[in-house]
Amino acid sequence: MLDTELRTMINEVKDGRMDRRAFVQRMLAFGLTAPMATQILAVGGVAMAQSPAPYKPTKRGGGGPLKLLWWQGATLLNPHFATGTKDQDGSRLFYEPLASWDADGNLCPILAAEIPSIQNGGLAADGKSVTWKLKPGVKWHDGKPFTADDVVFNWEYARDPATAALTIGVYQDITVEKIDDLTVRVLFKNPTPFWADAFVAVVGCILPKHLFAEYKGAKSREAPNNLKPVGTGPYKFVEFKPGDLVRGEINPDYHMPNRPYFDTIEIKGGGDAVSAARAVIQTGEYDYAWNMQVEDEVLLRLEKGGKGKTVYSTGGDIEFIALNFTDPNTEIDGERSSIKTKHPLLSDPAVRKALALLVDRDGIQKHIYGRAGRTTANFLNGPEQFVSKNTKWEFSVEKAVQVLEEAGWKAGADGIREKDGKKLKLLYQTSINGPRQKTQAIVKQACRKAGIDIELKSVVASVFFSSDVANPDTYSKFYADIEMFQIPMTQPDPAQHMRRFHSRFVATKENKWQGRNFPRWVNQEFDAAIDAAEAETDPVKRAALYIKANDIMWQDTVTIAVQHRLKVGAAVNSLRPVLSGWTNDTDNIQDWYREA
Amino acid sequence: MAGLTLASPSVERRTYSPWRETWRRYRRHRLAVVSAFLLLALIAAVVFGPFVWRVSINDIDFTSRLEGPSLAHPFGTDDLGQDILARMIYGGRISLAVGLAAMAVAVLVGTLIGALAGMSRGALGHALMWLTDLFLSLPQLPLLLLLIYLFRDGLKAVFGPEGGIFILIVLVIGGLRWMPVARLVRAQFLSLREKEFVEAARALGASPLRQVVRHILPNAVGPVIIAGTIDVAAAIIAESTLSFLGLGFPPDTPTWGRLLFDAKDYLDIAAHWAMFPGGAIFIAVVAINFIGDGLRDALDARRVI
Amino acid sequence: MRQYILRRLLIAVPSLLGISLVLFTVLALAPGDPFAELVTNPNVPPEVAAALRTKFGLDDPVYVRYLRWLAAMAQGDWGFSFVSRMNVDTLILQRLPTTLYVIGSAQILALLIAIPVGVFAATRPYSIFDQIANTLAFIGFSLPTFFTGLLFILVFSITLDWLPFVYTTDIKATGFRWVIEQVRQAIMPVMVLGLFQAASMTRFVRSAMLDVIRLDYVTTARAKGLGQARVIVKHAMRNAMIPVVTLVALQMPAVFGGAIVTEQIFRIPGIGSLLISSILSNDTPVVMAVTFVFACLVVLFNLIADVLYGWLDPRISFR
Repeated sequence: MLDTELRTMINEVKDGRMDRRAFVQRMLAFGLTAPMATQILAVGGVAMAQSPAPYKPTKRGGGGPLKLLWWQGATLLNPHFATGTKDQDGSRLFYEPLASWDADGNLCPILAAEIPSIQNGGLAADGKSVTWKLKPGVKWHDGKPFTADDVVFNWEYARDPATAALTIGVYQDITVEKIDDLTVRVLFKNPTPFWADAFVAVVGCILPKHLFAEYKGAKSREAPNNLKPVGTGPYKFVEFKPGDLVRGEINPDYHMPNRPYFDTIEIKGGGDAVSAARAVIQTGEYDYAWNMQVEDEVLLRLEKGGKGKTVYSTGGDIEFIALNFTDPNTEIDGERSSIKTKHPLLSDPAVRKALALLVDRDGIQKHIYGRAGRTTANFLNGPEQFVSKNTKWEFSVEKAVQVLEEAGWKAGADGIREKDGKKLKLLYQTSINGPRQKTQAIVKQACRKAGIDIELKSVVASVFFSSDVANPDTYSKFYADIEMFQIPMTQPDPAQHMRRFHSRFVATKENKWQGRNFPRWVNQEFDAAIDAAEAETDPVKRAALYIKANDIMWQDTVTIAVQHRLKVGAAVNSLRPVLSGWTNDTDNIQDWYREA
Repeated sequence: MAGLTLASPSVERRTYSPWRETWRRYRRHRLAVVSAFLLLALIAAVVFGPFVWRVSINDIDFTSRLEGPSLAHPFGTDDLGQDILARMIYGGRISLAVGLAAMAVAVLVGTLIGALAGMSRGALGHALMWLTDLFLSLPQLPLLLLLIYLFRDGLKAVFGPEGGIFILIVLVIGGLRWMPVARLVRAQFLSLREKEFVEAARALGASPLRQVVRHILPNAVGPVIIAGTIDVAAAIIAESTLSFLGLGFPPDTPTWGRLLFDAKDYLDIAAHWAMFPGGAIFIAVVAINFIGDGLRDALDARRVI
Repeated sequence: MRQYILRRLLIAVPSLLGISLVLFTVLALAPGDPFAELVTNPNVPPEVAAALRTKFGLDDPVYVRYLRWLAAMAQGDWGFSFVSRMNVDTLILQRLPTTLYVIGSAQILALLIAIPVGVFAATRPYSIFDQIANTLAFIGFSLPTFFTGLLFILVFSITLDWLPFVYTTDIKATGFRWVIEQVRQAIMPVMVLGLFQAASMTRFVRSAMLDVIRLDYVTTARAKGLGQARVIVKHAMRNAMIPVVTLVALQMPAVFGGAIVTEQIFRIPGIGSLLISSILSNDTPVVMAVTFVFACLVVLFNLIADVLYGWLDPRISFR
């Protein structure tokens, strides 16, 4: 679209003829906003802005305790072993990456001296390497210096399959080399447009080599420091009780000026989201609570007390309904929902279109998700420049009826539509979670009005999201006609998010249902767009390819977007948390402070 | 201690049949009689209610959300604007049926196993106590998940989606609650089987079955009735936990326990939502307990009424 | 008697082995996955979760896993948590004091309420006191703890602001203040759980007392001119205690096992909340350890109850 214009502007910023901020403003006007505007600038050769968040405290410490409430407590404190957000959040208090994501989707340096760019020579023009300069003078909590050896060690540690690190996916395909004591280079096999994965944010947290070197590989679980973190972070480790409490105290030698503000920090775990909201918003017993999956109605009511409020950050998390393209009720070679079958009802595009018309996204947003959701027609909802403007959604029972009538689905005696002896009856499954069950009820009612009979099923989350091969109720086996859940976006880049619908990832018995294309949708045009995007280093063309991929999915009604979900936290009024929809809540914990 | 045998003040009453005698005694317990009617009324309400109150249980109406009781919605509405009265009537069928059936399973299995273990002096007694210990130590949640996984589809195929789930739920709740009954019955039996009146019966050549049925069981029935009545409440509540685990009825099926669970977060916004199912469970429990008390007094042959 | 106890203890060994086998099989076959949260994370390739399952031996046949567990157990190795990646015994010991304190207090509270109220109500059946006690008991067990807990929080923490509702193991105060805070934060959970159990226990005590209070020997004792209190305590209660002992013995293992719902509501880091989170994440070694200790306690308290029966009613003989 604005290829040449964009390039001109990037050059203007580079030469200082145009202000950075003005550039971002212009991008906004084009419907392209902050997170990737800055990324575009970076690839275009302009350095990222440095930490735009205003930080007011003028001295270190003196802020008293910071009490955080997570309704699931951290169960371990080694960032490479973190199985979920709760663990990552806990270890992030003590360990740090080279850079983190700020609220606008900018990278801000933590252990790096600066963010790599083409200008400062950090980014290779061919997109095949990144060179990170490390901040000098940083010390581990035990006084040893932090060097490039530590960074290289973390790569070796995580990529060793015997270590059983969960970050192995980030590190296994790259090579990391030490240039000098304060410089490392990350080498990619192929040109990699999104280079800010390794050593960035929670998956990039760095362990001290001198304490973990002996525990690489099979001995990883014996490391005494798995439970007693020694990092470079703003807080030093005090106490850890798995699933219950993580406690830290101020690091007086922290490498950032005037930080941290608080003298002690604790994350208390356990309980449920509603009572966590009460403890922050209603009584102020705690300062901040995470992941408020609570009906907006309840939150609004709590906020009337005036002690605290909810805070939102936008990322790309999507709650959606997926349609099964294969037949879940026919077994072929011992496999249901086999790619060799076609779904008897959903293979008719008219039925898929009708279903999309029957999801009352507006009602669901207003009455369930409230401020924590946005209606959307897209599967890909961020960062902004990847978001398609070509799609639309509508809720209309009449239109759905019309679509079905035109396709020959006529109402039977019981009011349920049928065609060629096949009745429009669908099994709709999801995981157990309050808002999801309500969404199910809303969709079911609209479908009934249109002559589609829906049977509801809900499965415990730990079973639904299991990778246990013997289990029939997992989302990837998809022994249902339609299913609903959320896929989070863990970084401001769509590559991982969109790749899953590529036909080579179809979930089958052969790959033990580990393939991530669970709707079992096959579309060559989509495959081609994804393949092209993954090799494309031009940010503008790359964005266009992902938009195209999203639009193909929309046209074919592979998924029905229910809500674009925001991250919701609860904070007492005086707290100034620094949050981002693109990363964990504690990823910028050093910048949190309190204002009277 | 000869007086430990049945103390019967008037011989001529023996001419009544035992059932009539029990009924006569039961009738003397006013609260029990009232409760029996109350329970019948509740059952009638949930069975015939839908014919009178013809509002759908899952009509969503965003314009009337969380409304208090009114003429259009005598029990108010929930957060999707669904009519709570209709949901209560529908849910009452399931909750009462599950509560009573699960209680029956628990009491029958518990009494049988407890009685056998209490009478047996050999390996059988040990084996049954082992079984009881085993069931007491089984963690319920994984067991439930396993049961759903193993049996849901099979039962659904045989008894249909609602019937299959109902049988599964009753068996699961009853099957996980009989152990206290068994332990209580066994303890009573251990003590009672050594009492003079049982020894006397034994000396007179009464078969073990007769000893149990005629002499021991009637004297051991007190704790069983209490346990049974408590189990009704526990089963109604347990059902809500099960549907929360995905084992129960489909998620859009309202039951009293589930209504109460859904309402809890709205307790300070819409108290009526929790009040009605909570109240219904309470009334059912009270009624069943007084019926239990009445039965106990009526069956207690020593008591003169 | 000593011989009887010894024999029962000997029988306990194979019976616990049997129980452990069944427990392990149930846990191993139950669906679920310790690494469920990884599955939707687009950043973690699916092979990673699969590799982890293999590494922790989750894909081995059940009997191999059981024998491995048994062999480790025989050497005093309680296993290694998949989720926390630390030793299971450390995890459990960390949570034991809190559980004993909160759940133990609740059990004591339940007994302190149930026995006197039940006995007193039984001496005056259908009096005003009896009716009130019964009604309260009915309310007590018809309302689930998830509901009463929330009600307590709304009243005592939010409206009145008297008590904290987040239990913390890390109280900043020292000395007397520490004790006060420790008691303050335990009040609500102990009340919720204690009252719930007291409710059903009261009904049992009342019924057991009613069963004996009308027996002739009690009447005889009264006729001999013994005081009411003396009759009740010395003669009636002892015989009424058999069901009560049974119930207490049934409840005692829970002092170790914790109370899942109550712990969840008040965020008490007890064994119950460890158990539920481990079950939900299919952390079999932790679940197995907790349930196995629980099973041992069930068997032990069953034995203790049997011994007590003999003491309460000397005619009960065990051979």
